[in-house]
Amino acid sequence: MSQLVEKPPAAGSEPGTPQGPAPAARRKRKSPFAYILIAPAVIMELLIHIVPMILGVWIAFLGLTQLNIRNWLRAPFVGFDNFVAGLDPNGPIGGEFLASFGRTLVFTVIVLAIVWVLGIMAAVLLHSSFRGNGFLRTFFLIPYALPSYVATIAWAFMFSQRDGAINKILVDDLGLLDERPFWLLGGNAFWVTVIVTAWQMWPFAFLMLLAALQNIPKDVYEAAAIDGASLWKQFMLITLPMIRPANGVLLLVMSLWIFNQFNVPFVLFGAAPPESARLVSPLIYQHSFSNWNFGLGGAMSVLLLILLFIASVVYVRMVLPKGKDID
Amino acid sequence: MKIPVKALSTFAVLGLGMSSLAACGSASGEATSGDTLTYWASNQGTTVEDDRKVLEESLARFTEETGIEVELEVIPWTDLYNRILTAVSSGEGPDVLNIGNTWATTLQETGAFLPFEGEALEAVGGQDRFIQSSWSTGGAEGETPTSIPLYGLSYSLYYNTEMFAAAGIEAPPETWDEFVDTAKKLTIDTDGDGQIDQWGVSLAGSSISNNAHQAFVRGLQAGGSLFDENGEPTFASDEQVAGVKQWIDLMATDKVVSPSNAEFTGGSQMVEDFAAGNAAMFFDQAPAKTLNARGFENFAAAPVPLTNPDATGDEATMSHVAGINLSIFNETDNEEGALKLAAHLTSDEEQVYLNKAFTALPVLTAAYEDEAFQSEEIKLKQEILENNAKPMPLISQEGQMETLVGTAMKNLFAQAATGTVTEDDIRKALEDANSQMAAAQ
Repeated sequence: MSQLVEKPPAAGSEPGTPQGPAPAARRKRKSPFAYILIAPAVIMELLIHIVPMILGVWIAFLGLTQLNIRNWLRAPFVGFDNFVAGLDPNGPIGGEFLASFGRTLVFTVIVLAIVWVLGIMAAVLLHSSFRGNGFLRTFFLIPYALPSYVATIAWAFMFSQRDGAINKILVDDLGLLDERPFWLLGGNAFWVTVIVTAWQMWPFAFLMLLAALQNIPKDVYEAAAIDGASLWKQFMLITLPMIRPANGVLLLVMSLWIFNQFNVPFVLFGAAPPESARLVSPLIYQHSFSNWNFGLGGAMSVLLLILLFIASVVYVRMVLPKGKDID
Repeated sequence: MKIPVKALSTFAVLGLGMSSLAACGSASGEATSGDTLTYWASNQGTTVEDDRKVLEESLARFTEETGIEVELEVIPWTDLYNRILTAVSSGEGPDVLNIGNTWATTLQETGAFLPFEGEALEAVGGQDRFIQSSWSTGGAEGETPTSIPLYGLSYSLYYNTEMFAAAGIEAPPETWDEFVDTAKKLTIDTDGDGQIDQWGVSLAGSSISNNAHQAFVRGLQAGGSLFDENGEPTFASDEQVAGVKQWIDLMATDKVVSPSNAEFTGGSQMVEDFAAGNAAMFFDQAPAKTLNARGFENFAAAPVPLTNPDATGDEATMSHVAGINLSIFNETDNEEGALKLAAHLTSDEEQVYLNKAFTALPVLTAAYEDEAFQSEEIKLKQEILENNAKPMPLISQEGQMETLVGTAMKNLFAQAATGTVTEDDIRKALEDANSQMAAAQ
């Protein structure tokens, strides 16, 4: 076992102060080359995300409508009015926003559960070597490779009540149902949104989990097998704990993606989805771009950000392992 | 190396959570100067490419007359509104552009468009050349219009002449009661399998705009209106509820519309349904091009049935004043050239050429003298546009009104497709839409 030995302070340095790097290293640190390399990325990040983000927060405090869209600086400052409208459970706007928020929360939990279960099952399956492994890996990635809009439009055709493939199979071919249900209307619209979103997202979970599984040393499993551990016990006591860091980040990122889902409901149902499929992001779009009330849309976005931020911080502190655990 | 999980997570939250805040992009610099103009055209024909061919021919004549080149972009309807919104907010748009005429008042309030008064009005030949109902859609009532009509449209009733003949129906229905009775006669099981395969009416139950148009027309016929004199929404007045009920009842109570129509998101599906022989009647603005493209000829047009056959004024409304308007961006560097282009597109000759190509209605009275517009269908639609059409409410929140009322009706159709819809359901849906509209004003 090695032992750390504190070196004596260099000549000329004050006792008790930390030792600086060697002169050559110091020169290296001052080199601007590294900053030049990352400058384009930082500038683009500022322009594409950070500046619009700050503008978005600013807009939330303005009465920004079509009357002043040409000159944002002239939009009246309305303080927290937009936030109050968005959070008032008894008001028509706040009531709809809060209902939509609750619905999106349920949607996120369901889709996340489906995506994770499918992802881990496929990852465990393809972690072992067998004939056709490569084909299945490619096959599983198709939903992730297809353009989202194209795939969602295809799903919309498939779920059509009269001519869709789903009803053709369920009603005409298999005879499981007597009547052709409406998938894109009423309460079923929620489940269609769940299915299409999960179908599009599960390959990402599969990829991440497969990469995590490949980092687990095989000898751990071999030792467990020699000790008589069943496959289920190996999964619960070796696999899950050892992929925990990657799994934790995966669940966080995917839950944020799912919560902000916009493309699927928008392409399936247009700018005004059925109530059961009215998630938060399409609602914000509707207020901002159909109703031209950018201030209200901005306030809803900020509220969404705050709620997601709090939830994420709690998750990071309580669930994710500390940094030193995932060296 | 340590993975900075917390930092990454925090960054992810910021990036993802705020993505919707960053939605306002900037348009590419479009307005041009000198001898070149940019023109954003709406998609009027069957494809964007068809429109381009039609318009390029007209613009070539413009270039020949004036020496001004025109950079044309035909923009699909799904993108046009957001493109305009981006252009307005960034101040970088085309010189000349088409807009849906129901957007005119909203866009007028942005102050982004040139008012047609004084020399600008003279440049397009003055107001009197135009059909006045179409002209009235140019902006808010009492204000100088910031758009002028380009293509006119109006709703009428289209019916399958073969189905009518087979059912022994000699003339199209004139009143709403007759219309419902006719639709019931035409809703039949043609092959004896116990399933209805020919429906009386086809409609687009999930189309927000179509639903809103019907709420407007049926409400007026019932003696109601979507807004009162003070501009307050009255979506759930007794008359308005009665008007909307007539439309929803076609599926919910009268059972003359296939429940599958509740899923139709656009008018094209309704037209296809009609052309496929699944329905005997439908209401539309300009389906002839689609029907002709399919080789379907057994159809005729008739006036929209009235609730009260003796009605006059608002209660005799058959359609909203549908159509496309033309605007000029204030930011243009070539106002004179832009006005010349507006004058060219609304000239007698080009109105005949363009409206013939797009099977739309000229917005000039004089253009109707051309032989291309002498058919019974065109004459009927011209008559409706001039005498039985009212502009949709000329208010800045027109789009919001369409979204709220249209969505309420979409949900009612969804309910009708899978169950029953009572008058109380309709009233409740319209009251909810009304309270959202009032809260947003």
